Amino acid sequence: MGGIFAGVDVGASRTKVALLDEDRKLIGKAVLKSGTDFSRTAEAGLSAALEEAGCGRPEIRGCVSTGYGRKNVTFHNDTKTEISCHAKGCFHYFPMAITIIDIGGQDNKVIKLDDHGRRISFKMNRKCAAGTGAFLEEMSVRLDIPLEEMDGLAEASTDMVELGSYCTVFSATEVLEKIRQGKKVPDIVKGLFFSVLKRVLEMDSLTERVVMTGGVVAHNPYLVKMLEELVDREILVPPFPQLTGAVGAALFALEAA
Amino acid sequence: MDVGEKPLRKEITAGKVLKKIMADHFYELDAAAKSRSPKIAWCTSVGPAELLRGMGFLVYFPENHGAMLGATRMAAELIPYANAVGYSPDICSYLTSDVGSYLRKQTPLTKAYGIESVPLPDVLVFNTNQCRDVQDWFAWYSRELNVPLVGLYTHRDIGPIHKYELEDIAQQIRDLIPPLEEIAGTRFDMDRFKGALALSRRTSELWRACLESAAAIPSPWTFFDATIHMGPAVVARGTQAAVDYYELLLKELQERVVNKVAAVEGERHRIYWEGMPIWGKLRPLSDQFASLKTCVVASTYCNSWIFDQLDPNDPFLSMARAYTELFIVRDEPYKEAYIQDAHERFRFDGILFHDAKTCPNNSNNRYGMPERLSRNLGIPVLTINGDLNDLRCYSEEQTKTNIEAFIEQLEEV
Ligand code: SF4
Repeated sequence: MGGIFAGVDVGASRTKVALLDEDRKLIGKAVLKSGTDFSRTAEAGLSAALEEAGCGRPEIRGCVSTGYGRKNVTFHNDTKTEISCHAKGCFHYFPMAITIIDIGGQDNKVIKLDDHGRRISFKMNRKCAAGTGAFLEEMSVRLDIPLEEMDGLAEASTDMVELGSYCTVFSATEVLEKIRQGKKVPDIVKGLFFSVLKRVLEMDSLTERVVMTGGVVAHNPYLVKMLEELVDREILVPPFPQLTGAVGAALFALEAA
Repeated sequence: MDVGEKPLRKEITAGKVLKKIMADHFYELDAAAKSRSPKIAWCTSVGPAELLRGMGFLVYFPENHGAMLGATRMAAELIPYANAVGYSPDICSYLTSDVGSYLRKQTPLTKAYGIESVPLPDVLVFNTNQCRDVQDWFAWYSRELNVPLVGLYTHRDIGPIHKYELEDIAQQIRDLIPPLEEIAGTRFDMDRFKGALALSRRTSELWRACLESAAAIPSPWTFFDATIHMGPAVVARGTQAAVDYYELLLKELQERVVNKVAAVEGERHRIYWEGMPIWGKLRPLSDQFASLKTCVVASTYCNSWIFDQLDPNDPFLSMARAYTELFIVRDEPYKEAYIQDAHERFRFDGILFHDAKTCPNNSNNRYGMPERLSRNLGIPVLTINGDLNDLRCYSEEQTKTNIEAFIEQLEEV
């Protein structure tokens, strides 16, 4: 026996690779910008993850790809939607009835699982990408703040500026108005975080325990704290939240083997 | 799947005859429009078509034209012209695409049948049973073309149907006769009316039998087939041609049932479609479901053209009943029970609700019905956002992922 199982999550913005050993332990991972050539990025991600795991390609016993570019991955055995993979990945870490909030680069999802990990329902954001990673990226450009600094800034806020809109374009206008009014940048950034959360809460109700996952949460842990305060309950976060979909995909590969 | 490849569901042979019936329908109307005889009535899809046939009118259905505008994807280009003359993009996109089509003098009839323009009406006849948009739609043409407008005002949101409601509608139908006689220039012919009713009823019975053949496992055809094959039930009901057509189609479907011929090869899952079709995306959706080995076996939509309550021996009252007992006219508890009943017969594993942006009348997901049905039936539900004609309200990639994820959810069960 032995061998490893690969999950490749080719998202609209980032490609994530997770490698599991047969005991379901994460032994290698990689996150790359998806770019325009999904198959090449997936290849590069796989190589990087294999290197981290200290394994070679022949050891891979199965691979499942997921995400927007799932069909572009040349070396997969099967594909699954990101909804199933996030569900699977989250349940792996939290085997109980959960409501999953996944905030990705262009998609938000709210997925509900029962205590067997079976999906009860799921919702994806509609056409627009408001309240997703794309929103924060756009705002970081407008405000000329490096994306990595957003989380620290939000946390430093003492007097959050509330923004009425969660639409990216309208928010930009609102933000300009707040700057003109002399509001402080940390307070504005916290306001942006808050609008992401409002967008998520507008999608579906939260029942059971809540798990937050996805790239945005990975880079902005303060968002989790904000939601905890907002809904007054503990929020669970898996290790490496950006990789949850890829982990789920690898689990599918493992179970199929 | 690439454009130009064969669709993944099994083609229905009767389709050739269907094409001829549809073509004949439009050629006959075109000839009448040119020679100004016989007179032409525009009628809403569940309006009193049999009465009109009883007065010698040829009947044209603007909603059918609306669906053609959607299916040919001309709607997206034409809707903005209706918006430009003041129609909100939020209202029925059959209306806005049809008005846009009129304003731009572009119709799918040209490419399909070489017909230059839609046949202009001598009278416009609506029934508000489905929605009020149809009344506004026809009123616009009435002003624009200076053509008389008459209509029926049906009770809406009905639970149990009361006699007084039916009598009221029956009287409204009778009241249409004098103005229509004047426009037609002929007397109302009771026998002809009864004849049309009898043919309509027969059409409906056959259409119902065709739809119910999908209860077989595997299903001999899909919702996507039915949206196309319902053409004659919409435009030719009340004619012998429609009756002949559905006899032919039913025979083919029954043969498939006997021989266990599946519309979707290797059918694994069965789905109910609640709401309007997304006309511009029938083919990709049908192919996606087929590739997922899923058959959309039934829908409320295609059932909307079953009027087997029609009774030539009680023409007015039975007509009132047929056009009032419809799903769309009924209240929420009725609608819920209706879908539950369909579940018993068609044994589907999940329900897809299409929330059509411009048709709240046919979007039943907005007051918790999906959640209630999911709980009561113990099956999952999915809501997709889209529209009948306005593809600006539809995100293809998101919908595809939603459908795929929904089927994965069914596989887990
Ligand atoms: S029921 Fe809906 S689609 Fe039909 S005419 Fe009314 S608004 Fe348009």
